[in-house]
Amino acid sequence: MDIILSEIHSSQKVQVKNITGVDTTRLLEMGITPGITLEIVRRAPLGFPMEIKVRGYLLSLRESEAKCIIVEDI
Amino acid sequence: MNNNPLTIALVGNPNTGKSTIFNVLTGLRQKIANYPGITVERKVGTTIIGGVLHKVIDLPGAYSLNYKKLDERITYEALIGSYEHEEVPDLVLVVVDSSNLDRNLYLATQVMDLNIPMILVLNMTDVAEDRGITINPETISETLGIPVLAISAKNKSDVELLKDEIQKFELEAPRPLKWVPDETLFDAMKLVIDDWIIPYTNIPENARYIEALRLISEGEFIGAFYTFEEAEKGKKIIAKARGMIEQQGGNPMAVEVLRRYNFIGECTSGASKQTKQFEKTLTDKIDSVVTHKVAGPFIFVAVLLFMFQAIFSWATPFMDMIDLLFVEGGAWVSNALPKGMLNDLLVDGVIAGLGGVVIFLPQILFLFFFIYILEGTGYMARAAFVMDGFMTKVGLHGRSVVPLMSGFACAIPGIMAARTIENWRDRIITIMVLPFMACSARLPVYALLIAAFIPPTTVLGVLTLQGVTFFGLYFFGIFMAVLAAAVMKKIFPSGKQTPFIMELPSYKMPKWSVVFQNTAERGKVFITEAGKIIVAISIVLWFLASFPKVGNEEFVSEASSEESFESYQLRHSYAGKFGQIIEPSIEPLGFDWKIGIALLTSFAAREVMVGTLNTIYSIEEGDEVNETLKEKLINDINPETGKPVYSVATAISLMIFFALAMQCMSTIAIVRRETNSWKWPIAMFTYMTVLAYICSFIAFQVGSNW
Repeated sequence: MDIILSEIHSSQKVQVKNITGVDTTRLLEMGITPGITLEIVRRAPLGFPMEIKVRGYLLSLRESEAKCIIVEDI
Repeated sequence: MNNNPLTIALVGNPNTGKSTIFNVLTGLRQKIANYPGITVERKVGTTIIGGVLHKVIDLPGAYSLNYKKLDERITYEALIGSYEHEEVPDLVLVVVDSSNLDRNLYLATQVMDLNIPMILVLNMTDVAEDRGITINPETISETLGIPVLAISAKNKSDVELLKDEIQKFELEAPRPLKWVPDETLFDAMKLVIDDWIIPYTNIPENARYIEALRLISEGEFIGAFYTFEEAEKGKKIIAKARGMIEQQGGNPMAVEVLRRYNFIGECTSGASKQTKQFEKTLTDKIDSVVTHKVAGPFIFVAVLLFMFQAIFSWATPFMDMIDLLFVEGGAWVSNALPKGMLNDLLVDGVIAGLGGVVIFLPQILFLFFFIYILEGTGYMARAAFVMDGFMTKVGLHGRSVVPLMSGFACAIPGIMAARTIENWRDRIITIMVLPFMACSARLPVYALLIAAFIPPTTVLGVLTLQGVTFFGLYFFGIFMAVLAAAVMKKIFPSGKQTPFIMELPSYKMPKWSVVFQNTAERGKVFITEAGKIIVAISIVLWFLASFPKVGNEEFVSEASSEESFESYQLRHSYAGKFGQIIEPSIEPLGFDWKIGIALLTSFAAREVMVGTLNTIYSIEEGDEVNETLKEKLINDINPETGKPVYSVATAISLMIFFALAMQCMSTIAIVRRETNSWKWPIAMFTYMTVLAYICSFIAFQVGSNW
């Protein structure tokens, strides 16, 4: 089932399915490519940004970026 | 063997230890300055390898040559040799973080397409080892066809290895497009190159592949730095190229990236092994506390409190010492040289001006010492992560917190600290609102006016009205900063939305030599670049307050018996005339010409206002100065109306004016340095002064008609 990354509230591992939006290039360039496993680590005090682990490193995403990442359960 | 001097460029993602390598290679032979017209810093130095002096350039950190920020664009332009303010590199060292190989190699594969001799430097191998990652450099070297060297820049001997590698390298360029674009993408690239880039642009030959890929991905020429003709034709060709990819079911924004990552995957899967698996790394463990939803903000506030307390208590003795040194030095020069204009110019103009520059150094050095430690450990990105949600609500950025808080001590180090904010728009807004934070130079002015005009009535049981006013002024500053930020966010065009993606680097011990070297560099930049402006304005202000000279006979015959010579001189100087000329325009704020003079002289530093009023009221220096000035202010009677010159409304109006107006030449000088243009300091001065005028006007009119 497709889930938008920004809507996941628990810490879990998911698989990237697709990147959408007008500017997908940079997210892809940062290594968030379809098929890769991504771990939601935590959220900041007001919910955003959210911290994810991808390809072994940690990345902070604001809501506008997290909305562009479509994932699915592993 | 490289026996000829080379220009060596360092390229890499942020947080790869690139700057550490730069520092170790160049040592103290380095120079930092802004590139002309922009705020990106240029770091250049020299290194000696085998008796040959080579030039080393530390290009801005970049994640990709498909640039999203000015820094990345400069890196790309400099690499392909089309940036007029940077030299064309003969050799590129691509520095990568070994513990994060895949993403780092992305940029490396792009640089490979540029046909420049390059060495891949696998840095931070110690961090990778700690995580159980072993890498075989030879395998990577074979796959990519370039020399690969694994080092840890922390070890001096490793840097020698790098020097050896540079010395023996034959300067062969790698073969471009090793990652092999698929057929459709290749045809699309060929179309853009043959039909548009070659005939209509002046882009260098070695950049054609990368530029074609960038155009296909972007679909437009936004931010193109080279000259081109037939833009309409170009747009059509790019659209056609994108269409070719879409027809095959591909996404023009994604095909290249995915293909490169496939190639990188093949390259690293054979060369890098995860020998141990950790459920949680040390970084994860620290983060679970430091970025905790509830504890995180408290920890950050505690870190800030500790930091500012330390800056305050450590910097104060140094500042007192500097103050003493310049006052005593001035007095010594004043006595040693014959009396006269030159003496005055040296003592009250030059020496006082220099003192006004050096006095900022302790705060700047201590603040940056802490900032570089926080950056070096990786905590700074966490602080931004924790605070970003709060700060974006008021139009600022998670990274705005430290600069804004520094503003309570002094706007100068705060504005310099704003360089830690990557996004230009967020950075300029932070700089523009920062002087509203009540800095320590406003304290003496507030203290004097509150003591003189606000009654110490008890309110709410435990507080005094004086205390509440004091707090109110601080709060007012913060409120105006937030308000101004919100307005600016609406006014400033955001341009094309750039994604806000921030890496949270692994925690590590800061490298002390880098911390000290960078801190010293900040101090140097302040002294040499902002310092000259500050000294120049000091001399102008000294001139305005000392000329034209009045004669002794004139003073004896004209001045009243109570007036001192200094007071008479100041009143008849250009500054005095200025005060009288602007009196009609500041009258609606409740100010008279005496305050007019003080407004001009306090441009040197806000606290100078107290000194100026002392001079005007002919108060001799002594212990009771503040007490006497307070009395004089309270008892000053306007000869025309017979009423007191200063009312509570005047005092409040004046405090509001000091809270809001841009009364500080050093701030102007540092904004000029940090934004690399006069446009921003002039805009800042104008909007803050206008705002101050309006608010003081309202306060006085409402207050005096109460």
